[in-house]
Amino acid sequence: MTVPADISHEDLDHKDLGRKNALEVATPRRIFPGLIVLFGALFALFPYWGDDVGLRESFLLAAVYITLASNLNVMIGYAGYINFGNIVFFGLGGYVCVDLVTRWHWPLVAAALMAGAAVSLLALVFGFGILRLRGAFFALATIGVNEAVRQFVANFEPWGGATGIYLSFDAYEPLGGPMAALWLVYFLLVGVMVLSLLMSYAIKTSKFGLGLLAIGQNEDAAGVLGVRTPRHKALAYSASAFSRPMAGGLFFFKSGIIEPNGAFDLTLSIEAIVMIMLGGYGTVSGPLLGAFLYEELRGYLLTSPTISQLQLVIAGALLLAMVLFAPGGLVGFIHQRWPRSRTILQ
Amino acid sequence: MIGVLASVIDGVLVGAVYGLAAMGLTLIWGVMRVINLTHGAMIVLGMFIVYYLSKTLGLSPYEGIPIVVVVAFVVGVVIYWIAVDRVIGRPILMSLLATFACNMILIGIGTALWTTSPYNIPVSLPGISWQGYTFTGTHMMAAALAGLIAGLLYLFLNHARYGKAIRAVASNREAAELSGIPTKQVLAVTFGLGVALACAAGALIATLFPFTVLSGSNYQLKSFVVTVLGGLGNPAGALLGGIALGLVEGLATPFMPVSWTPIIEFALFVVVLVAFPRGIFALSRA
Amino acid sequence: MSALLEVNALSKRFGVVQAVAELTFTVGEGEILALIGPNGAGKSTVFNLINGVCPPDSGRIVFEGKDITGKPTYEVAHHGIARAHQIVQPLVGLSVLDNCLVGACYGHDNLSMAAGRKVVREVAELVGLTDRLGMPAGQLTTAGKKRLELARALCGRPRLLLLDEVLAGLNPTEIERMIEVIRAIRQRGVSILIIEHVMRAIMSLSDRVVAINLGRNLAEGSPQEVANHPAVIEAYLGDPKLMTMSAAEPS
Repeated sequence: MTVPADISHEDLDHKDLGRKNALEVATPRRIFPGLIVLFGALFALFPYWGDDVGLRESFLLAAVYITLASNLNVMIGYAGYINFGNIVFFGLGGYVCVDLVTRWHWPLVAAALMAGAAVSLLALVFGFGILRLRGAFFALATIGVNEAVRQFVANFEPWGGATGIYLSFDAYEPLGGPMAALWLVYFLLVGVMVLSLLMSYAIKTSKFGLGLLAIGQNEDAAGVLGVRTPRHKALAYSASAFSRPMAGGLFFFKSGIIEPNGAFDLTLSIEAIVMIMLGGYGTVSGPLLGAFLYEELRGYLLTSPTISQLQLVIAGALLLAMVLFAPGGLVGFIHQRWPRSRTILQ
Repeated sequence: MIGVLASVIDGVLVGAVYGLAAMGLTLIWGVMRVINLTHGAMIVLGMFIVYYLSKTLGLSPYEGIPIVVVVAFVVGVVIYWIAVDRVIGRPILMSLLATFACNMILIGIGTALWTTSPYNIPVSLPGISWQGYTFTGTHMMAAALAGLIAGLLYLFLNHARYGKAIRAVASNREAAELSGIPTKQVLAVTFGLGVALACAAGALIATLFPFTVLSGSNYQLKSFVVTVLGGLGNPAGALLGGIALGLVEGLATPFMPVSWTPIIEFALFVVVLVAFPRGIFALSRA
Repeated sequence: MSALLEVNALSKRFGVVQAVAELTFTVGEGEILALIGPNGAGKSTVFNLINGVCPPDSGRIVFEGKDITGKPTYEVAHHGIARAHQIVQPLVGLSVLDNCLVGACYGHDNLSMAAGRKVVREVAELVGLTDRLGMPAGQLTTAGKKRLELARALCGRPRLLLLDEVLAGLNPTEIERMIEVIRAIRQRGVSILIIEHVMRAIMSLSDRVVAINLGRNLAEGSPQEVANHPAVIEAYLGDPKLMTMSAAEPS
């Protein structure tokens, strides 16, 4: 049985069953979230202490990837629904936020929060409909949604149509000028990343998360046990569409431009899936590790011109290898080798 | 009015080819409950095989089809053994990702080899003129060949011994295994067959329209719409569904720009799935 | 005895096959009712109709006075009907504990996780899974999976339990154990509707038996009455299990 058996909700319950293990008994529930926050703090401060802009840019990209991957994991890893077109929320969030800042002169933080809330609400409503589809049909439908939205936005004049929206330097003035703004956006993005990871953990350890995991294992059986599957899925879909638009808003604000092709880039969508599988789906730290690893790998590959052409091939080969031989990903492997790690590395 | 009628007839002819492609997809699903996401890449493979056959050996695409079928079958069996075999019993998530990963690899290699430029195979056949509209010979030939291949498949599945074995595995794999049918082999063969159908369809499409390495995703979407119209696992329904889709396209093209077609098809896809989960043409079954 | 579940003139057709036709019976409170019939008689379909897997074409299903005809599975579960399937469906990637916890938290009582865990431990004790709570469900033996199926259904604290051939594939010792468990379940006030082919279990467990064939009512009454009913014997003619049974009892 190669299904990762470590998607256990109740690892900490082992102590009640008489398994004498000092580490497990002593580890309270609060440690893992604490680790996440600590990680986030280090992540934010590292480039800042060294005043290293290059490192900051690299970490910023990593933070975006981690946010995308861990968000997406709620749908893929917990509920078992593959969202190929997941990037659509990232792009939409980007557009909403940038539009609010440029046309309506909203402050950045408010605009980003609004982007998150608006897209999340849209996802909830839309989710009830599209989640009636199962398996591959849902997966393909999400690609269709992404394409349809991209076409629509490309023709939507208030959002710049096919050319998109440019941000002039004025947009950065309220934040203390371009230099300060870039640091601020970086910290905000790290904050969004931490939020995303914490939310993922909170869902996983909650009753709601248990229902999701049940759906992911066997949707029909979950229904018979009383899980309200349509509502559960729609809520998960909506929850997985919260941090992503915020990250998108911040990212495109910092980039200074947003246009349809870059905002709804299907390749990034797919890379997020590869990251999840690489790191370990169904866990909280999996997408984090996967995103990190993948970003490093990608950076390394892009330096060589011939190999960069084969980016898609390599990502595909990696994905295939993971699915065939290590479906639990890196974290799954660690859990199997060192079972005690399950409580620490959720 | 005549223009619309001509467009519709044309659409129906092309639709038969769509149906052929979808038959490959639905066959694989019906027998092993796997959605083959390399379907689009296989269609593209068919296109490029006949292209190179015509360039290097001067073969017309129609002559190339038997070669396409054989090559595709082998490729399909190989893909089955490498990627699909291990994920058959596992959650659908895994088989989706496995075939999707294969698709990425194949399209990536294809892009590296052939870039994304458009290719074209010049084929000319005498057409039929009627009321000022010409029904191109290529369209009619493509539809006829699609029908022929579909017919052969029908005969194979219903009257050949191996075809019946395939149907047995589709209906109850354990029982089939117990009656001595080598199920693993049957699954591999079915996958090869499904892929061969997709490639053959691709070869036929190449005679009708110019294509690029990325055309596959468009036709894959069409295949999905058709499969869903006809009901999953139902090859006859797939053919009918293809014709229905062709009809819809024929009706739509005189009235709206081409770039809207994928959106309409996608909308149709979602609507049919939500409203008719068993397909419009599905035979009622328990 | 008041009626807990009333099934009235239930009908369902699949294509050309009339799976269930005008079926009518009731399950009383605190009762164990057995549903028997030859293979293909439509028994599992009846369960599917009751617990919401598919809606009937016509007829009514009333549970505790409320009409639940055609309601989706999760609503039926919330009303207090749970089911153990013939083909077990464990959530393989989750532990035994988590499997049951889903049942406890999402069942009739809608418990919190903490309260749910208590219920799971009780049920695990009753069914005999306490030593395996931490194990991934996929690693259980067949007998273990059957117990999990039962435990999971029980955790929802249902008022009516639908048991679909839970004894199939078990050896005689395991069957005895299961019969004990089912009796204990009824002791706790859960009514049971059971589909079974193991006649010995039917005879010793059930208060009443409803026999059906081709989706229609055939006979109804005490186990003795039904087993000796001529129409029932005829329906089963050729079925070795019942032939052995009725051969042992002089009519």
